[in-house]
Amino acid sequence: MSERYFIDNSRLIIEAAARAGAEVFIGYPITPANLLYLYASQRFPVVLPAPDEITTLQWMAGYAAAGKLPVTATSYPGLALMIESIGMSHMMELPMVIILVQRLGPATGTATGGATGDISLLHGINSGGYPIPTLCISDPRDAWELSAKAVHLADRLRCPVILLASKETVMTVQDVDPAVMTAVEPVTRRFYTGEGPYRPYAPESDGVPPLLPVGDARHQVRITASTHDQNAALQHSTPEALANSRRLAEKVEKNIGDYTLFDWDDDAAETVVVAYDVTAAAAREAVALLLAKGEKASLFIPKTLFPVPPRYFEILGRYKKIVIAEENLHGQYREILFGKGCRDGVRGVNAVGRLITPEEIAAEVRS
Amino acid sequence: MNGKFLSTENLPFCKGCGHHIVSQNLEKALSSVEGLSPLDVIVVTDIGCIGIIDKQFTTHTVHGLHGRSVALAAGIAMAIEDPKKKVIALLGDGGATIGLQHLMEAAQRNINMTVIVHNNMLYGMTGGQPSGLTPRGFKTPIMPDGKPNIGYDLCKVLHATGAPSVRRLLALGDLTADLAAALKTPGFAFVEAMEICPSYGVKFNPNRKLDDIAKEAGIELGHWEGPAREPYRPATHVAPASLFAAEKPITASQKASLTERYAVVLSGSAGEGVQSAAEFLAQAAISCDLHATKKGSYPVTVGVGFSTAEILLSPRPIHFTGISVPDAVIATSQEGLNKVRGLVEKMTKGTLYLDASLEAPATKATIVKHDFRGPLGGRSAVLVALTMLLDRAGIMPTDALLTVLKDSSLGKKIDFAKLRQTAG
Repeated sequence: MSERYFIDNSRLIIEAAARAGAEVFIGYPITPANLLYLYASQRFPVVLPAPDEITTLQWMAGYAAAGKLPVTATSYPGLALMIESIGMSHMMELPMVIILVQRLGPATGTATGGATGDISLLHGINSGGYPIPTLCISDPRDAWELSAKAVHLADRLRCPVILLASKETVMTVQDVDPAVMTAVEPVTRRFYTGEGPYRPYAPESDGVPPLLPVGDARHQVRITASTHDQNAALQHSTPEALANSRRLAEKVEKNIGDYTLFDWDDDAAETVVVAYDVTAAAAREAVALLLAKGEKASLFIPKTLFPVPPRYFEILGRYKKIVIAEENLHGQYREILFGKGCRDGVRGVNAVGRLITPEEIAAEVRS
Repeated sequence: MNGKFLSTENLPFCKGCGHHIVSQNLEKALSSVEGLSPLDVIVVTDIGCIGIIDKQFTTHTVHGLHGRSVALAAGIAMAIEDPKKKVIALLGDGGATIGLQHLMEAAQRNINMTVIVHNNMLYGMTGGQPSGLTPRGFKTPIMPDGKPNIGYDLCKVLHATGAPSVRRLLALGDLTADLAAALKTPGFAFVEAMEICPSYGVKFNPNRKLDDIAKEAGIELGHWEGPAREPYRPATHVAPASLFAAEKPITASQKASLTERYAVVLSGSAGEGVQSAAEFLAQAAISCDLHATKKGSYPVTVGVGFSTAEILLSPRPIHFTGISVPDAVIATSQEGLNKVRGLVEKMTKGTLYLDASLEAPATKATIVKHDFRGPLGGRSAVLVALTMLLDRAGIMPTDALLTVLKDSSLGKKIDFAKLRQTAG
């Protein structure tokens, strides 16, 4: 006889993050991310209620600078307030995980409405086009695995990582096979152990400089968000400082092989359906609907949204027709992958304020 | 001067700037703390003229955003467990203006840190604009006639917020004792050092002395002590239990006859157990080896108005959780019915279980009117209706629901005989 939990993905996300070694949750309430805050209050070693989202990110940066691995959860209005501090943390190279639960915008919008409308914003979140690793969940297995992965990645790449979800993917309660809860390896922090002098932004061969917490008793630690060289000395635009800034992008791009995560059901079809987050479920059923009628379509569910893994273009390039379904106005990920003009054969299925149905996706595949 | 904490006396400030005086006094004050080494100190600087001093400190240094240094330093101070470490935030009056809440939060929590606001009464790095701390009458390039309103009294604000140690002084002469006292304060210590910016303050307010400006604006100098409090340490759960420690998986012990996906919508009033009933139904379905999903919907004011739940049941795994037209709707109150009226009107088949008190909407669904609220009251109305639904719909044994109910926290509160009787 089978055994299954009846739970929401928020529970899986928080449990996996804690098992992976995240130590501090700093929260500011916002719908639909409140379950994450609630569960974290029961599960994390330290939970701090912050007075606003700017403080949330600054406290997280402080904890990260002191060698801890902090997590928060928010939605677009909170993210908007956090962005300057996320940029700071990215420039300072501080590991942290920001769980972003998308809701229906624009603006305050509908707090309890679902959407996947923050994709363009996340794509351009840093001034200058420096990507922040962004993993997107679409089912309970992702909630478990990607949450743990986000914690490991934040440490491995020494940078903020965004774990993307939406109202539907964190609040819907569903039966979950306990088998999705695979063993989670706690992160072994990548701290500097050399004899010094410690150069805070001198990278190793993978482009990532090892972190040393401020307050270290052996070596001086300097951290800065202004343009700087490998010693964290402020520079206007010296070649060394600009190279250091470029490295911020290079380190997440050159290691993309470690976190190129996707599901691909290659059915040797001419058409592929692409969907992420909640729409991935509709896409999965759409492909099954088509198959039941003897029509073939492949399914591609990207989990690593940013930086866009080059492998995605290799895969998608095999198909004559690409149907990308997403719950936002004009197809934000489609525009990022293929530009506003798109190539021939790239089609979008979009909806705002409601779930895209499997039938709509199947109809677009057939059209 | 090659100090222990400042590597040089050639500081990157304009000639005559009070930042020289405060920084050099800070060096002396730090040196006066017995046993303190540079690596025991974390200096967090803001954006602004004072923020360019990092390079000269031999301590750990962190240079962040405009106005956020106090919050960033607070994060570090809360994370560091060694009370010997000194976390110091250095900022200007501009940073204090934009980051006022961070100061209040750190003071209110009594976070173990020292904050020094270098109040030169304007934004010196960007052309001399007035800040929240600029006193009334003080002239600046964009307000050459003087600021019309009074400045924030940060010391009074932070004292009222509960800071144990608050000082306002003029950045003149020997400040070692004051700064050392602040550094030695267990918990949150605040120092506002008043200065006059030589580039913009002196130019637009010629022949005005710092102490006269303070006096004329009614700015009080001094030291205010708050009630003694233990420095804040975040509570730590030493070994928090897994979120699954009390979450038991449901064992499939019965069989369902359902062969296709089945969608149920429950709609009633807040406080009448609609969400719980939906969970009981889903759990019962899982105990019959079905797959189940549940979504809740209610107003943001959770204690009033409608409460609606959507449940999907299927013998196969459920991916897409949308419901276009349900197979069954249960409406047990007027506000519940109002919420699902549009959905019910779209139904061309299926069943509407409607409380006898409600007027039937236009629908092609089969309507079953019954006194669900009857003898057990509104809080059990949905459970009564679900019992009837399971008796009639043939999707799974009604006993599966009753077993879940008996094992739940409601198990001892429900009169099961009456429940069955009321359900007909």
